[in-house]
Amino acid sequence: MTKTPVLSVRDLIVEIPTRRGVLRPVDRVSYDIHSGQILGVVGESGAGKSMTGNAVIGLLDRPARITSGEILLSGEPIHQLQGEPLRRLRGKRMGMIFQDPLTSLNPLLTVGEQLTETIQEHLGLSNADARNRAIAALEEVGIPAARQRIDSYPHEFSGGMRQRVVIALALCAEPELIIADEPTTALDVSVQAQIIALLKRLCRERGVAVMLVTHDMGVIAEAADRVAVMYAGRLAELGAVRDVVMSPSHPYTAGLMASTPLASIGQKRLRQIPGSMPRLGALPDGCAFHPRCERATDQCKTGGSPTIASGGGRAACIHPLPAAKSEVTQ
Amino acid sequence: MNKIIDVSNLNRIFDVSKPWLNRVIERKEKAYLAAVSDVSFGIEENSVYALVGESGSGKSTIGKMIVGLLSPSSGSVEINGVDLMREMDKVKVDTVRSDIQMIFQDPYASLNPRWKVRNIIAEPVAARGGDTKGLAEKLLEQVGLSAGDADRFPHEFSGGQRQRICIARALASGPKIIVCDEPTSALDVSVQAQVLNLMSDLRDELGLTYLFISHDLTVVQHMADKIGVLYLGRLVEEAPRETLFANPKHPYTQMLFDAAPRMDSFGREIPPPQGEIPDAINPPSGCAFHPRCPMATEVCRREIPALRDISGARVACHLAE
Repeated sequence: MTKTPVLSVRDLIVEIPTRRGVLRPVDRVSYDIHSGQILGVVGESGAGKSMTGNAVIGLLDRPARITSGEILLSGEPIHQLQGEPLRRLRGKRMGMIFQDPLTSLNPLLTVGEQLTETIQEHLGLSNADARNRAIAALEEVGIPAARQRIDSYPHEFSGGMRQRVVIALALCAEPELIIADEPTTALDVSVQAQIIALLKRLCRERGVAVMLVTHDMGVIAEAADRVAVMYAGRLAELGAVRDVVMSPSHPYTAGLMASTPLASIGQKRLRQIPGSMPRLGALPDGCAFHPRCERATDQCKTGGSPTIASGGGRAACIHPLPAAKSEVTQ
Repeated sequence: MNKIIDVSNLNRIFDVSKPWLNRVIERKEKAYLAAVSDVSFGIEENSVYALVGESGSGKSTIGKMIVGLLSPSSGSVEINGVDLMREMDKVKVDTVRSDIQMIFQDPYASLNPRWKVRNIIAEPVAARGGDTKGLAEKLLEQVGLSAGDADRFPHEFSGGQRQRICIARALASGPKIIVCDEPTSALDVSVQAQVLNLMSDLRDELGLTYLFISHDLTVVQHMADKIGVLYLGRLVEEAPRETLFANPKHPYTQMLFDAAPRMDSFGREIPPPQGEIPDAINPPSGCAFHPRCPMATEVCRREIPALRDISGARVACHLAE
């Protein structure tokens, strides 16, 4: 592909200086998202998936900061922007959807006021035009009777409807990139299915690039085109969703997949990964996964941590799992 | 098999009215929310019964009524033939109370941060004046932690380890039944697998009976022997696991199964379910699911369907066969 990706993250490192040393919640992460594509970022809590999203949109809380690497939005570097230029970019060219739709809307303003504020700020329309635009945005995300409901307050909407409002808010200035941080985690299964279908439709129709951060492998399989698996701040595996799910290459991805109850239906016990993810202050040498990995050798325990580039395949692993037979025949 | 828990015609109504003065000024009626309506089921000894449903379906309310944290508005819960709310014999009530324990969803909120793990675990026994020497250490090892952890505080443990402490506490009084309210939904998948395996092992070792409350169908499919599906406070379908997953009969169960994300669903383009759970204060007439049901007919709008036995399952739908 020669087209410039909408978002390109290159060797991103985020560091937090603490009294006990410098922590790296994001360590040499690189990926691209093209227009109309959904990249799923998956991992367990503390894997650095939200931190990566926040770094992209410039929402890192101090003292966390980007110490190295590049973030390019349609080819332009944005990782050094601060203050006014960054504020102009957020909302206009990058939208964000948070996990909890209630806390990400202002309870004192009507939904219409919040939408028109964003639209006028970024597109400079008149009051009437902005209001029409807001109604159109609400209709597009599937809120029934948008013309009447635009003057309601967030608490008058149900959880699923609120998340639709948040999506409308993220989309109303027509951004190129949307970062959705666990957008369905607080929702029920049937509403989750509606929101995923909505995200997929908007992504396809508008050609928005979406970074979908979630811990749910099922959501990834359902929604994403490509998937990035994170472990202890590092990328463990990056590839097309079908390849990663059907034939995981990194032992951690395989373990993650096998430990979902879905993978072991009819078996008495679930496969489990022994132990738990190391704390950032106490990362083991070499590959961060080696203490929990059954394929680990002495090579994994020493030296630098493997990266996807050094692994030569999809996975940041010295001993990746062989591809499944079904993939070879394809 | 004999039923260890027998729930019959359970109802729970919450008064959600505005304060008296507001009602007078705004001329509003009292408002009631029927969280659980006419739910009956039985749990066999040494089995896992799961209640599934979305938020507001009444699954946690039923769990709380079974352990006695809430009293039913009407109907009864019998544990080993004893109704905790009506039984006058104190000795019987006391035995049943220590036979039933609960594990809560959030392992961060359900452990007292100022207590050492030893005291937390021994409390169910200490509260009755029992002997707690060495109890915490023994239980910690049983749930896969070490005896030395007894002198630590809850904040020193990760989420999965805390849930193990909650399990140890639930086991302290030697219960027969454990009510688990979303025990793994706050945990990561790999940790969830560890906790679920531990729960299966303990069930085999100690002959426990679980009431498993969850919104996660995959977890339920793995754990449960029998499953009850709730919608807006009513049991809409109940069946053994194999029957339910092979052939869901109620349209709501079918919708729930279709909506759940699957691993093999790449690029799946199915129309998502329609509508949302209705307001429980003003539920729809007749079958509560009819506004979202693709098959709804006139009779569904009029009459509340009763649970009927249909080939090994109990289904509350006019049209199921």
